[in-house]
Amino acid sequence: MSQIEEVTLDGMSHLVSDRALKGETMLLNMGPQHPSTHGVLRLLLELDGETVVNAIPDIGFLHTGIEKNMEAKTYQKAEVMTDRMDYLNTTGNNLAYCLAIEKLVGLDVPERAQTLRVLLAELQRLASHLVWLGTSALDLAAMSDFMYCFREREMIMDIYELISGQRMMTTYIRPGGVWRDVPVEFETAVRELLKIMPRRIDEYESLLTKNPLFIDRTAGIGKISAEDAVNWGLTGACLRGSGVYYDIRKFAPYSGYEQYDFEVPLRTEGDVRARYLVRVAEMRQSVRIIQQALDKLPMGPVRSSNYKFVPPPRSEIGTSMEALIHHFKLWTEGFNAPAGSVYVAVESPKGEQGVFLEGNGGPKPWRIHFRNPSFDNLQALPVLAKGFLVADLVAIIGSIDIVLGDVDR
Amino acid sequence: MGLEQKLGNMGVVTTRLEDLVNWSRTNAMWPMLFGLACCAIEMMSAQAANYDMSRFGMELMRASPRQSDLMIVAGRVSRKMAPVLRRLYDQMPDPKWVISMGDCASCGGVFNNYAVVQGVDEVVPVDVYVAGCPPRPEALIHGVITLHEKVRRERMKDWA
Ligand code: SF4
Repeated sequence: MSQIEEVTLDGMSHLVSDRALKGETMLLNMGPQHPSTHGVLRLLLELDGETVVNAIPDIGFLHTGIEKNMEAKTYQKAEVMTDRMDYLNTTGNNLAYCLAIEKLVGLDVPERAQTLRVLLAELQRLASHLVWLGTSALDLAAMSDFMYCFREREMIMDIYELISGQRMMTTYIRPGGVWRDVPVEFETAVRELLKIMPRRIDEYESLLTKNPLFIDRTAGIGKISAEDAVNWGLTGACLRGSGVYYDIRKFAPYSGYEQYDFEVPLRTEGDVRARYLVRVAEMRQSVRIIQQALDKLPMGPVRSSNYKFVPPPRSEIGTSMEALIHHFKLWTEGFNAPAGSVYVAVESPKGEQGVFLEGNGGPKPWRIHFRNPSFDNLQALPVLAKGFLVADLVAIIGSIDIVLGDVDR
Repeated sequence: MGLEQKLGNMGVVTTRLEDLVNWSRTNAMWPMLFGLACCAIEMMSAQAANYDMSRFGMELMRASPRQSDLMIVAGRVSRKMAPVLRRLYDQMPDPKWVISMGDCASCGGVFNNYAVVQGVDEVVPVDVYVAGCPPRPEALIHGVITLHEKVRRERMKDWA
């Protein structure tokens, strides 16, 4: 067990300003157990009265060793780890990982699976934004939004449970397609959600968007210019809230995103309110995409028939010797991916979710690294928070939408 | 049937002090607002409208360990977090209970590696383990009720 180390002020002199060393400003710990740090983030705050002079994030309280652990598992079995990274965007992580494998080994995905992937990724975006909206409104003391958002999130969780048997950690998207076809009830369940969702988004907005208290707490707070946002490597709503038009679904479409008609919401203010408005508008766009995907959902297989990489269907195993051998080989030793490295990025609810995957010809990833949007977005926090009050800091942390599992992995 | 019938016409209820104390402890058990990882999202769902843990007297999550009786360890505990967790536990006033929520907190779950503590019972004493990755909100509520039953069986001579 590691011990808590005593740190003296001199030991932190490289982090804080001279004024703190002289005792003019106050150093204050926030977290790791704090209700509004959205998990186990620790912030070392340097305060001048109530104004934040500097905010230094201390991360790693949720470090799980996911990347290293994945190297010890075969490609298929490592996938369960990706769910647990950004746990609000489980399907999105699966999607990024599977796209990387498919690129490395050259697998093609049937049309129905592509559409299902888009549909589920957008459902997940909706669920993730609902959690974000609920919790960040809760930080600003708007309790009812939290209750409303989780009500609709339960509907999405029910859909996930319907198709995969699990609410959160579905691992439903698999290399070469999806796990199995969706049940017949799936369409009704999604249509039901689509029917109520636009009205419900109006409902959330009616509580916040024009609420003078909410405007006071968010407008002009945590500002970042477009140039700074790009330089700090922000992605997702944090970048689009500053007026930079960048969305991987438009710039490097994957899984057939180019076939869908949707807009990328933009705001130019770059403050907490802009990020809020962008995300709420994104929820509406997600509803549009889900609608289109559901309408066009083609019939056909949901998994590639390349049995070197994709397990054959259960029904074939009893009758075909070859299928049995494939199945046995895949689940005991896995498949050998060629040597080489690939980088794939998808647009997660939080920004650019990248996967760097390097194979060495064996059945296990040689190196896998994730570019997680929360990590990159979090590093801009000191810039965003500087000069604002401690109470604003809560709103700012909420607005960059971090998930600590995504930051620390 | 309301309380009136039970009271009889004297308006007096007799019970044992033990039972009364245990009853009041179970019906106002305040959990600490403390989430670690994915399981914390399910813990939040258990608090929200559909599952509504306030039915069991637990709607009030306290952000300060000094005001709470119950620690729900919701998620994986990393080696860096473990000393913090222990300190939080030490700050809670007696009597206190711990629920280990999820596979990671109970035994390390899928993460058998250098970073994750293989079971939070290495750090704090655990009363109830809830299995699942993540456990459904119902499972957490079941864990809570199991804990309540356990508390109701406590006897005065065992109180330290
Ligand atoms: S048990 Fe599963 S859901 Fe819970 S923290 Fe561990 S990985 Fe996450």
